[in-house]
Amino acid sequence: MKVKVLYFAKLRELFGIDGEVIEMPGERTCAAAVIDLLRTRGEPWSTELGLDSGNRMAVNQTLAGIVTPVQDGDEIAIFPPVTGG
Amino acid sequence: MKILVQESDFDPGAEIAALHAGQPRVGAVASFVGLVRDLNEGDSVATLTLEHYPAMTEKSLREIVDEAMGRWSLLDVTVIHRVGRLLPLDRIVYVGVSSMHRGDAFAACEFIMDYLKTRAPFWKKEGTPAGERWVEARGADDAAAERWNK
Repeated sequence: MKVKVLYFAKLRELFGIDGEVIEMPGERTCAAAVIDLLRTRGEPWSTELGLDSGNRMAVNQTLAGIVTPVQDGDEIAIFPPVTGG
Repeated sequence: MKILVQESDFDPGAEIAALHAGQPRVGAVASFVGLVRDLNEGDSVATLTLEHYPAMTEKSLREIVDEAMGRWSLLDVTVIHRVGRLLPLDRIVYVGVSSMHRGDAFAACEFIMDYLKTRAPFWKKEGTPAGERWVEARGADDAAAERWNK
């Protein structure tokens, strides 16, 4: 399956890209599996996407958690806590 | 309901007027305007750049307003949030709420701002004498949003 991953704010700058399409094994998984796969790339991914990093996620433009289901074609956004207003 | 995400400025007076024009049922309009300060965390701020997640921003603001409409008796709501590069004195955000009675308008206006600050996908980067830096989320904002769930 393929999913689109987007990065915002500090993460976009640290990773040097605003998004990418990644290939995942299987038909369905959860948001945590996407993070785990990205962390295998080493630094800065490993640290910036660590469990204690405090980042937030959205799946298909809705705030999500690491157990949120993810399937082919989904859009997963990873970003620091929001600071609008 | 009016929800706008835009680079351009807005006119708070015109927005307030629009919330009750021709609406004799409206007894109260509560309004909030957020501005760019020239001081944050003890450092002077020369610029503020707002990034957002376009595909999600309006959707998330709409969900926040829907939630407010479910909690209070409201007649209309306007939310305008600017993005792009702003300067001290510039307006950032407008929330206006109309209702029959002031209590609903006051509460819903504050609720929408508290939820916007913790749920809507905007990020601020400020330019200071030491360079640019991303604004860190504040625990006080989480606490402000959380109190509506008590």
